[in-house]
Amino acid sequence: MIVSVASGKGGTGKTTVTASLASVWDGPVHAVDLDVEEPNLHLFLNPVIAGAEKAHMPVPVVEEALCTHCGACSDLCQFKAISDLKTLVLTFPEMCHGCGGCMAICPEKAISRGTRELGEISWGVSGKVHFLMGRLRVGEAMSPPLMRHVKAMLGRMLDAKGGDAIIDAPPGVSCPAVNAVMDSDVILLVTEPTPFGFYDFELAWRAFTPFNRPMGAVINRAGLGNDAVLRFCSDKGIPILASIPYDRAIAEAYSQGRIIAETSPELRETFVALKGEIQALARQAGRKEAAHA
Amino acid sequence: MSKIAVTSEGPSLDDLVDPRFGRAAGFLVVDLDTMKTEYIDNGQTQVMAQGAGIQATELVARAGVSWVLSGYVGPKAFQALSAAGINVGQNLEGMTVRQAVERFKAGGVESAQAPNREAGR
Repeated sequence: MIVSVASGKGGTGKTTVTASLASVWDGPVHAVDLDVEEPNLHLFLNPVIAGAEKAHMPVPVVEEALCTHCGACSDLCQFKAISDLKTLVLTFPEMCHGCGGCMAICPEKAISRGTRELGEISWGVSGKVHFLMGRLRVGEAMSPPLMRHVKAMLGRMLDAKGGDAIIDAPPGVSCPAVNAVMDSDVILLVTEPTPFGFYDFELAWRAFTPFNRPMGAVINRAGLGNDAVLRFCSDKGIPILASIPYDRAIAEAYSQGRIIAETSPELRETFVALKGEIQALARQAGRKEAAHA
Repeated sequence: MSKIAVTSEGPSLDDLVDPRFGRAAGFLVVDLDTMKTEYIDNGQTQVMAQGAGIQATELVARAGVSWVLSGYVGPKAFQALSAAGINVGQNLEGMTVRQAVERFKAGGVESAQAPNREAGR
């Protein structure tokens, strides 16, 4: 099972929930930081890093001598990463999405594969938790290509070691967030009961609903703000799987890089119960799918 | 025969210069010897998420112009225009295309050495 921990608004507690869930999970579990623009899960799990590698994407390199300026590559590219100006061909590697279309369509075979570095993938262990993260290269504008490399690595780790995965997703509802949750079996939406939290929670719920995956809410900083999120969840039938209180001790533990499930028996119990709720949600969805099949 | 392109809000010499290069409404290509014009619509470029300046450069390069007159030109467009050997005249917004062309003919437009806009604007 793959669980992604997402949110519309940033700073609602995705990493807090991911780290705590991983710490109480039973059986092999992989904690994955897919917030590659600013990964921070490692600050809480303190993994021993076992290995790292750079990830790359293919970008076009044109051999001018072979080019007849037919313009096929330029017309195909929706991002203008390659542009035929009739007397020369320009490439803008930083704008390339790596589809390889220009190389495939060129009738003169004048375009070969160069590479653009996307960032680094690293992995290791934190106690009994397998750890995996991506870190985007400074200056790289697109995170989904690196995220796809991290997810491919996760697939290999799951094949080799089995178990479940908990993904710390990037905030928001744009391509990176969608890319993080799209392959999950269960999507958790962490929110806080403030107007900002609610507004972005609704956006996230609407963005992820088309994936037709079981979704549940985790209310962080419960006691703050108002009941708009609770009423919305009740109206839409979104189960609230856990509530984490608005409590100075939790903020202090977070600021020291501690896993909050390990700071009190009550909080540990909250996350053990959350784990049970997630597993029940996945089983329920599995039964529904089997009934449809 | 010398042709220049002016970013234009419409198809005539009396339309205003469109201050944007990449996302201009269109380009009025003017033959300086005969003052004959040809309008290139840029509507399809305007809706691109990225690369508008590069796409616009393709359009004017294919029209065979030696100069582009506009308001603001971004870094990628500037790089592409320079590579194509096209001179750039900037900061010509707030006047008609005809006024911009007359200023150019009178020698009042310098060839820019750097872009005057950030990417994506």
